[in-house]
Amino acid sequence: MIETQQHLREEFDAYVAADKKIEPKDWMPDAYRKTLIRQISQHAHSEIVGMLPEGKWITRAPSLQRKAILLAKVQDEAGHGLYLYSAAETLGVDRADLVDDLLSGKAKYSSIFNYPSLTWADIGAIGWLVDGAAIMNQVPLCRCSYGPYARAMTRVCKEESFHQRQGYSIMMQLMKGTDAQKEMAQDALNRWWWPSLMMFGPSDSESMHSSQNMKWNIKRFSNDELRQRMVDMTVPQAECIGLKMPDPDLKWNEEKGGHDFGEIDWTEFYDVIAGNGICNKERLEDRNKAHDDGEWVRDAAVAYSEKRNANT
Amino acid sequence: MSENKSNWPLWEVFVRSRQGLGHKHVGSLHASDAEMAIGNARDVYTRRQEGVSIWVVPAESITASSPSDSEALFDPANDKVYRHPTFFVLPDEVNHM
Amino acid sequence: MHALLRLGDDALVLAQRLGEWCGHAPALEEDIALTNIALDLIGQTQSYLTLAGSLDPDAPKTDDELAFLRSESEFKNLLLVEQSNGHFGDTIARQFLFDQYALLRAEHLAQQTFDLDAAAIAAKAVKEIRYHAAHSSKWIIRLGDGTSESHSRIQKSIDDLWAFTGEMFAADDVDIAGSIAGLLPDLSALKTQWDVEIDRVLVEATLIRPKDGAMKTGGRTGVHTEELGTMLAEMQILPRTHPGASW
Repeated sequence: MIETQQHLREEFDAYVAADKKIEPKDWMPDAYRKTLIRQISQHAHSEIVGMLPEGKWITRAPSLQRKAILLAKVQDEAGHGLYLYSAAETLGVDRADLVDDLLSGKAKYSSIFNYPSLTWADIGAIGWLVDGAAIMNQVPLCRCSYGPYARAMTRVCKEESFHQRQGYSIMMQLMKGTDAQKEMAQDALNRWWWPSLMMFGPSDSESMHSSQNMKWNIKRFSNDELRQRMVDMTVPQAECIGLKMPDPDLKWNEEKGGHDFGEIDWTEFYDVIAGNGICNKERLEDRNKAHDDGEWVRDAAVAYSEKRNANT
Repeated sequence: MSENKSNWPLWEVFVRSRQGLGHKHVGSLHASDAEMAIGNARDVYTRRQEGVSIWVVPAESITASSPSDSEALFDPANDKVYRHPTFFVLPDEVNHM
Repeated sequence: MHALLRLGDDALVLAQRLGEWCGHAPALEEDIALTNIALDLIGQTQSYLTLAGSLDPDAPKTDDELAFLRSESEFKNLLLVEQSNGHFGDTIARQFLFDQYALLRAEHLAQQTFDLDAAAIAAKAVKEIRYHAAHSSKWIIRLGDGTSESHSRIQKSIDDLWAFTGEMFAADDVDIAGSIAGLLPDLSALKTQWDVEIDRVLVEATLIRPKDGAMKTGGRTGVHTEELGTMLAEMQILPRTHPGASW
């Protein structure tokens, strides 16, 4: 029996190493299944909690067009959460249980959404930087070894590129506007820049899950590699519209062909993860309230369907 | 499995992207009844003009082949290459057949 | 102009209310559904208000100017659509009562030949509202014929909102002139059709149709409930704070 397990494990490793896809009913090591459930559900939770800071601005969007775009964008996030929960469910878990873990505080979600969205420019910064960082993280996941996750991510990435552009377009418009609008944009960049760099996770020397996930083709690039790419991609975009990066150490390094940048405040990073961000409590309460308020509705729909089935 | 009574069942969604094509599996969702599943599928999976027709199937109604049977099911077709037209070599003079 | 403003304002105010739901619906799937309805309504708002704003060549206005720079009394929407969201049943009841009316109104508007621009907007809106009406009707039925809790909740929602339904069919000068010209439907005929649809759904939902008591009106002439002022204060804050700015 142990030999069979080991044989299966070797076959699995060889299969993944050959860059082939694992599908729901295929044999997989328990740790692989657990890692995927954890990662995919965290990702789904992040999409759902991520609806909240931007959702706050739907009612205050400054034009009908912006209102429609923002609504469509936040709606996409609900969709992405849904695709991801679906992918997680192919691993034998139930969405309701995953959601319970989020609501009880047991499961994690991306810390970035524990920062407050204070002005309209934050909607620009979130789209441009937060979605930009998310895309950077997510594009490699389209080639992840687990089929349903890879397919969900392909769909997510296709939709996500509109998100980043709408954010940048908000910033661009603000930078063409009045002094107050420009200030608003710069202030949002100042507040969102470092947290969005934190989205790539701890530096490679500290990262817990990286190496095994690399071997399993769940992760393709290291946290620091992706963070470097984000900086190199974003700096010229900021310059182009006249925004100044809030990092005095930022400069082009000809030798490495990339930017050097300042050290992230890791104390803040771990502090927000530990639940001490400005909005940690509020976000979870918000989700819990929506869930509790909706229970009678979900129950009613089930009761109605049961009555119908009984009558036929 | 969750004991939660308000847990809506899972449905698999298939979308025909254009007239003339077959329905293709696009993902799944939860809904309390078939009508809601169609509506939800429309809202979730065709927001960007991805479809002209939708099938929803209760996930529990799908019977799938088992990966452990895949050799028995699919490998025997491997040596039946004569089923493919390219197996037969035509004289150069015959262009189309 | 007045008729188009009414159409645009109904859609705008209801869309704004539905937008408040985003991220808070009873299920993820329903969140996406409600947002789709809100998006349709914003599209209708843009079309109707753009057309309304173009009618006075001496003082043309954009849809955004009409949406963000008019005061409360200049809004001509029904009182029904400005009522706060309440719980999901309240929102669905408001939507259901409005959808059935909006569908009949749009169907008429799509077919009339007095204003072909408005007809084109309405023709697109009809398809959208048909889906909205199916969605809200089905929820009325699920909640009415669901659990005893949902039954009593949705019955109360309908009862509470009923006093706002009279305004939909209370014809004033704008309606009468519009109806004579052919642009607007005859509201008494519309009411008969609305009654049939509402009754059909309520019966299937095992709900009781409230008696027509004193009806609350005023929205069409700009005299609103307290709900609208706070909604507009929130909605209009950026364009009001930054006059002349582009977004």
